[in-house]
Amino acid sequence: MRYAETGFNLEIDLTRRSIERVATDPVDTELYLGGLGTSAKILWDRVPPEVEPFSPENLLIFSTGLLCGTPAPGCNRTIVSTISPQTRLMAFSMMGGFWAPELKHAGYDKVILRGRSPGLVYLWINNDKVEIRDAAHLKGKGAIETEELIRRELNEPKAQVAAIGLAGENRVYFASIEQGRSSASRGGIGAVMGDKGVKAIAVRGKGDINMARPEEFMELCNGVLKYIKLREDNPIPGVMPILAGLGSPQEMKVHDEKWHTENFMWGNSRTRRKDFWNEEIEKNWRATLENARIRLISCYNCPMKCAATLSVPGFPTYMMKCFSKLTYTMAAYSDLDFGLKIAQMATDYGVDAFSTPQVMAFALELLEAGILTGKDFPDIPADSEGRFFWLLDRIVRREGIGDVLANGTYWAARQIGNGAEEFAHNNIKKHEQLPLKLSMLNPIYFLMYATGEKINITQIEGQFPQAPFLTMEEREEFVKDWVQVPDEKFKQYLLDWEPRGEKSMPFYPTVEMCCDIVDWQERMHYIDDALGMCSGLSSFPLKPPYHIHNYPKFISSGAGIEMDEARLTQAAKRYRTLVRAINISRGMRRADEKPPENHWKKRFPELEKELLDTYYKFKGWNDDGIPTKESLHELGLDYVSEEFLRRGILSDSDNGSAEGTSVTRQETKVEDPHHEG
Amino acid sequence: MKVEKRKKTIKTIRIDVDKCIGCMACEVICSAFHATPKYSSNNPARSRIRVIRDPIADIFVPVYAGEYAVAECAGRDKYTIDGKEYDECAFCRASCPSRDLFKEPDSGLPLKCDMCESDPPQEKPLCVQWCLNEALIYEVREEEAEEDGKIEDLETGLESLANKYGLNKIMDIVTRMSVSKKG
Ligand code: SF4
Ligand code: SF4
Ligand code: SF4
Repeated sequence: MRYAETGFNLEIDLTRRSIERVATDPVDTELYLGGLGTSAKILWDRVPPEVEPFSPENLLIFSTGLLCGTPAPGCNRTIVSTISPQTRLMAFSMMGGFWAPELKHAGYDKVILRGRSPGLVYLWINNDKVEIRDAAHLKGKGAIETEELIRRELNEPKAQVAAIGLAGENRVYFASIEQGRSSASRGGIGAVMGDKGVKAIAVRGKGDINMARPEEFMELCNGVLKYIKLREDNPIPGVMPILAGLGSPQEMKVHDEKWHTENFMWGNSRTRRKDFWNEEIEKNWRATLENARIRLISCYNCPMKCAATLSVPGFPTYMMKCFSKLTYTMAAYSDLDFGLKIAQMATDYGVDAFSTPQVMAFALELLEAGILTGKDFPDIPADSEGRFFWLLDRIVRREGIGDVLANGTYWAARQIGNGAEEFAHNNIKKHEQLPLKLSMLNPIYFLMYATGEKINITQIEGQFPQAPFLTMEEREEFVKDWVQVPDEKFKQYLLDWEPRGEKSMPFYPTVEMCCDIVDWQERMHYIDDALGMCSGLSSFPLKPPYHIHNYPKFISSGAGIEMDEARLTQAAKRYRTLVRAINISRGMRRADEKPPENHWKKRFPELEKELLDTYYKFKGWNDDGIPTKESLHELGLDYVSEEFLRRGILSDSDNGSAEGTSVTRQETKVEDPHHEG
Repeated sequence: MKVEKRKKTIKTIRIDVDKCIGCMACEVICSAFHATPKYSSNNPARSRIRVIRDPIADIFVPVYAGEYAVAECAGRDKYTIDGKEYDECAFCRASCPSRDLFKEPDSGLPLKCDMCESDPPQEKPLCVQWCLNEALIYEVREEEAEEDGKIEDLETGLESLANKYGLNKIMDIVTRMSVSKKG
């Protein structure tokens, strides 16, 4: 008997319209856990680097995590992975909500889509019955609207539906997949779904998920709930309110946006408005949010309330979470009322709330700079809000200039030329980043930004405080009950960390310490992504209920796989390396691993080089960021090094060649003359 | 002589729909608690509490499984409260042929909330324990039972049935019922 997982994947070939239920190998679960881990293995095995993102041979994998569908609180993530049209690397984007547990109850761990349907279809997974259904009548419909229509048409109010909007249908490079209160947004996975001709996947499941050692598992779950209560009642002192509690940032609850509005950048990640926040704005924005907000809501089996249902006059009710609250507002130099309105449309169109506002602000900067002209923007309104609505509409329809902008700032800039590249200034690996511009280099964040393959910083950071505490008392207080650390040394790092002087940034934490910290933070995120755990209860906040010490117990009592900290760490390292291997085979190299030039004002090139050199070594990668033969061997990934040798990515002397050999890489090099590769 | 009145324990779960966040944790824990062996599986479809959940319409109503109904009601009810239209039969607790709520998904056998009766007893029903948002609040109080009154009611009821069907028929049914209960 398989525990926690079902042991079956659903393989759907959209070209041949075939549906297969395929048993999986339990050994893969032991090696790669599930979720991201086993999906990475499938992509490595079945999608060679020659396969283009918009090719029928690209796979789009909807995966549950290993523990989804068990009673582990907050374990509800759907991990969607594919090859991204924007980064041309592996994309894996997570969504919360209710979809993954439903799929497990229907009897499947993953839905693997391949091929391409000639006409628009949707999938209806109703326990054992799986159908490919015509979706011609849903063409052009909003994502949220589609979910409702499908539930009604199936007469299944309890079906969970993940859908794309117009943006996905039109293969916008930053199109999302929406699912009620949640969305998988990064990397343009919605565009791949649209390319496959799949409008939505509806799921209903009524089967059991079994636990291997039930009593032990439940005790752990109860422990988590107890700890959540404790943390709710005792926010962490001395840190910003949004870092003090658990869950995703509680944006639907808070009214005080001084920190975000004065520290994050406005426009195309350009302007910091240090004196923006005042009483009157607070009053107005509070009224806006309170009038719009109907209810705070959660994901499956989670007591936190990170999202809300919102209703703005003149717009249909929708759901929002997190920082999408302010991204449109700030990109358009507008107010919250505008932000909540345009976010409704953007959600229904199905676009990423980080990239989209930046793409639009970028377009307006190009207009102002004369690189684009009035002819590119026929009949565009004069006011900033009107312009954003106008642009959003053009982008999701790929009309006129919208067709270019729909490829994201990186590719759009190259298409437009004429100096437009300078304006696509906030990207890493061709993907728009958080609108942040800071002064002093932060060595921890430098490493995370540079080497992160989740592409999104909020999905890599967490655990270790972002800044030192001012006093020793505060530090001692913090480390007192810091049970989450994998090793006691992390407490010392924090105790010694000063805001000023010798033991301050950028030279403290030392390079070695930074490696430890980044590795720990990344490891926890990768574990979450394989188990299906919400990072809001695990890798993202300070002092979360799930950590390296209780996770092995969850896995062994839940899934019946013998696990301890060392084994779990090794497994996470294994599939983390596999993700890198996929990207390396697609041409990613050291030259791609850098934060935006202007992310910090004060840069330290020598230190940065040392950081990257040391971290690569620490990770078992060579100077070009390629996993070495030895480190691959240690992880049982000899099949990767064999492939690397075959492709000339590694040579027998184990020195990585700096030249990528894949088709993608060559293309990238032509496209980007600035590569130092 | 004064008649001793019997004390009766009333267990109530107060449901505050305004506090419900629609997380389904109550469903998860109920189904796990009632699995055999205990906690060995999770399946909200087996839960004795179900949350009617329609976020866009702001409908979040936890409903507990009550009695099994052999036949559906002659008519259905449909409530509108504060402008929100609830589904037909939304608040009904019955495991009824008209819907698939409160039935074991495989056998179709009816499910009924037993307030998590167990030995040793639970401090609170499990769904209440797992609802950290306090949409479900457990209350226990003692009430004096009007036993005499009840017996009188029963007599009146039986008499009218006997008039209608004849006493023999009633006695037959009672015998059959007691046999089947023992079996
Ligand atoms: S912490 Fe928030 S985002 Fe995470 S599962 Fe719970 S409700 Fe969802
Ligand atoms: S656990 Fe509470 S908040 Fe969650 S669905 Fe059940 S009643 Fe609602
Ligand atoms: S009281 Fe117990 S049996 Fe009844 S619904 Fe709640 S958890 Fe289930």
